[in-house]
Amino acid sequence: MATVSEPLPSQSGKKPSSAKEWWRRTSSNRAAYMYLIPAAIVMGLITFYPMLYQVWMSFTDYNVKNIRQDSPPPNPVGFQNYLDILPDKITVLGREIDIPGTGKLAAKIPNFSFTRVLAFNLVWTFLNVPIHVALGIMIALLLNTPGLWGKKIYRAIYVLPMVIPWLVIATIWRNMFDQDYGSINLFLSTIGGLFGIPAEVFRIRWMESITPPFQWLFPGMPLPLSFFAMMITNMWVGWPFMCIVATGALQSIPKDLYEAASIDGANGWQQFRSITGPLLRPAMIPAAMVGIIITFNLFNCIFFMSGGGPLRQTQILVTTAYDLVNAQRLYGSAAAFCVIIFLVLLGLTLFTNRITRATERYDV
Amino acid sequence: MSEATSSIRSVAPQASQKASKGWSEQDKRLPLGKQLILQLVCLFITFTVLFPIMWIVSLSLDPRDIARPTEFRLIPPGASLDAYRRVLTQPTANPVTFVELALNQFKLAGGVALLAILVGILASYSFSRFEYRGRRALMFTVVTVLMLPAIATVAPLFVLLNRVNIEFGALSFNLRNSLWGVGIAIMASTLPFAIWNLKGYLDTVPRELEEAARIDGASPNQMFLRIILPLAAPALAVTGFLAFNTAWTEFVMSWQFLTNPKDFTLAMSLWNMVGPFSGDTPWSVFAAMALMVALPVTIVYLLLQKWIVGGLTIGSVK
Repeated sequence: MATVSEPLPSQSGKKPSSAKEWWRRTSSNRAAYMYLIPAAIVMGLITFYPMLYQVWMSFTDYNVKNIRQDSPPPNPVGFQNYLDILPDKITVLGREIDIPGTGKLAAKIPNFSFTRVLAFNLVWTFLNVPIHVALGIMIALLLNTPGLWGKKIYRAIYVLPMVIPWLVIATIWRNMFDQDYGSINLFLSTIGGLFGIPAEVFRIRWMESITPPFQWLFPGMPLPLSFFAMMITNMWVGWPFMCIVATGALQSIPKDLYEAASIDGANGWQQFRSITGPLLRPAMIPAAMVGIIITFNLFNCIFFMSGGGPLRQTQILVTTAYDLVNAQRLYGSAAAFCVIIFLVLLGLTLFTNRITRATERYDV
Repeated sequence: MSEATSSIRSVAPQASQKASKGWSEQDKRLPLGKQLILQLVCLFITFTVLFPIMWIVSLSLDPRDIARPTEFRLIPPGASLDAYRRVLTQPTANPVTFVELALNQFKLAGGVALLAILVGILASYSFSRFEYRGRRALMFTVVTVLMLPAIATVAPLFVLLNRVNIEFGALSFNLRNSLWGVGIAIMASTLPFAIWNLKGYLDTVPRELEEAARIDGASPNQMFLRIILPLAAPALAVTGFLAFNTAWTEFVMSWQFLTNPKDFTLAMSLWNMVGPFSGDTPWSVFAAMALMVALPVTIVYLLLQKWIVGGLTIGSVK
C-alpha cells in the first residue's frame, strides 16, 4: 500500500502526466486492497497467527505448567508429539506432568490408537450419510406423489429437525436415551407391555453398554450401542436436508419424460432407474459430500451424547482433540493432533471435491 | 464446521417452498387405498419427527414436582410453568439468572455477527468485484480455513489469549477468561464463513448497475455504498443471523475459556443441566431451559426462511 510515494520526484518532474495516469490506472487496485485490509488484519491476528503458532506448539511439550503468565516457556520436543500419536498400536497418549509443590499429575488418554479413532471416524461418517441420502430421496418421492393429502403440512413439520440448534438436539436425545427414565426406554416398555413383555427387558443401557450388538457387521471394530443411539439421532437431523435437496431436484425433472416412458411401457421401478435416479444424481452427490464433511466433524453429537464412551470407543478425531485440550491440558499434543486433523480433512476434502467435480460433468 | 451446517440447512426452505407450489396444480386423484397407506407412512414419519419435541415440551410443562419422569407421556397431565419460573430465577447451581446468561450469550452472538458481516462485506466486495494479484490465492486460503472445524484451533487460541491482560481504567481482566476472548475465538472461524458466504452472494448480483454507474463516473466507494450495500441487505441479514446462530449455541470455546460464573453462557448452563455435572437437576427444568435456548433462534430461522433463500442458496451449494 505504499503506492502514494511510488512515483520518483525526478520522474514526476519531467512527466507529471504519466505519474498521474499511473495513479489513476491503479486506483481500482488500491480500492481493492483497501477493502481487504480490515479482514486481513482481523484474520491475520486471530486466525492465521494462531494457526501458525499451533504448528510451533506441536513441536513443544506445552502443558498446564506453561500456562501461567510468569511460567517458563515450553521445551522443544521435536516430533515427539507426532510420534506419540501416530504409532499403529494401542497406547496411552500423554504423560505425567511433574508440578513443583503439587506432585505428579497424570494427563493421559488410556487405550488410545490413532488408527482406530480414524477408522471409527470414517465408519461413523460413511454409515450415516448414505442412510440420510436414501431416506431423504424416499421421503421426497413420497411427498411428491400427486394427489397426496396434507403435503404442505408434512413439509412444514419435516423441516423442524433442521432449524433446531444441534446443542439442544444432542442434549435432548441424550436425555431420551437415559437408561431408567429416558423416553426411548419408557416408550419401548409401554409398547412391549401391550404384548406382555416385562418392562425390565427394555431397560437398555444405551450409553453405557460395552457389548457391541452387531459385532458381525464390523468384526474388526467394536461398535457399541451408543454408536447406534447417536446414529439414530443423526438420522433424525440428517434426512430432512437431503429430502429437501431431493425435492428441489425432483421438481426440475420435466414431466413429459415420465409420460414418454409410460407410453413406452416402462413400469415405476424402470422409470425410477432410468429417469429419476440419474436426474437426482447431480443434486444429491454434492449434498452428500457436504453431509460427509459435516458428519465427519460432528462434535456436538458425540460430545454431548456419549462423550466418546463407553471406553472411548466412540471418540472421533475432533472430540479427542478437545479432550487433549480440555481435560488433559496437553496443549502441545493437542496442537500436533489438530495439525494431523487438518491433513486428514485436506485429504477428505480433496477426495470429495474430486467426486463432486466428476459428477458435474455428468450431463443431463 | 458448524457454520457450514447452518448454511446448508438454510438452503432447505427454498426447495420446500418451490415444492409446495410446483405440483399442486397438476395434482391428480389418488386411489383411496393407496392414499390411506401413504398417509399412514407420512403420519409415522411425522410421529418420529415430533416425538422428541413433544417429549421435551411435555417434560417442561409437567405439573408434578418430580425429578425424573415415571412413565411415558407425550402429553403432560395438566400444565404448569413452574419449571420455566425456576429456569428464570436460577437455572443451575451457579448464582446466575437466566437473563444474565442470555445477556452474555446475546452480547457474544450479537457482537460476533455484527463484526463478521461488517468486515465480511468489505472483503467480499473486494474478492467479488476486483481483479488483482493474489486474489485467488487469498480466497483459497479463506476457503481452506473454512474447512477446519473451530475446535482445531482451540489450543493456540487458549494459550495466546491467556497471555493478554487488559488494563483499561478500572477494568482489569484476562482476555482469555472473558467474553471478549470467547468472541475473538468464535470470530476466528466465523469471519471466513461470512466472507465466503457474502462473496458467493455478490458473485450472483448482476454487474450492469455498476457498469452504468462507472460510466457516470462513480468511484468504487460510491458503487459500494449506493449499489452493493443495498443489494446485499438480504445476504447480510442471513449471514448475520447464521453467525449469530453459531455463537448463540457456541460451547467449545466458552467451556474451555470461562471460569467466572458471571460470564457463563446459555450453552454452558444447558450442558451443566444434563451432563456429568447435572447432579439431580429436575428434568422438567432442563427441558424448559432447552426450549428457551432453542426457541429464539428457531423462530427467527423459520421467519427468515424467505430471506435465507435469497441470500444463501447460490453461494453455498454451488
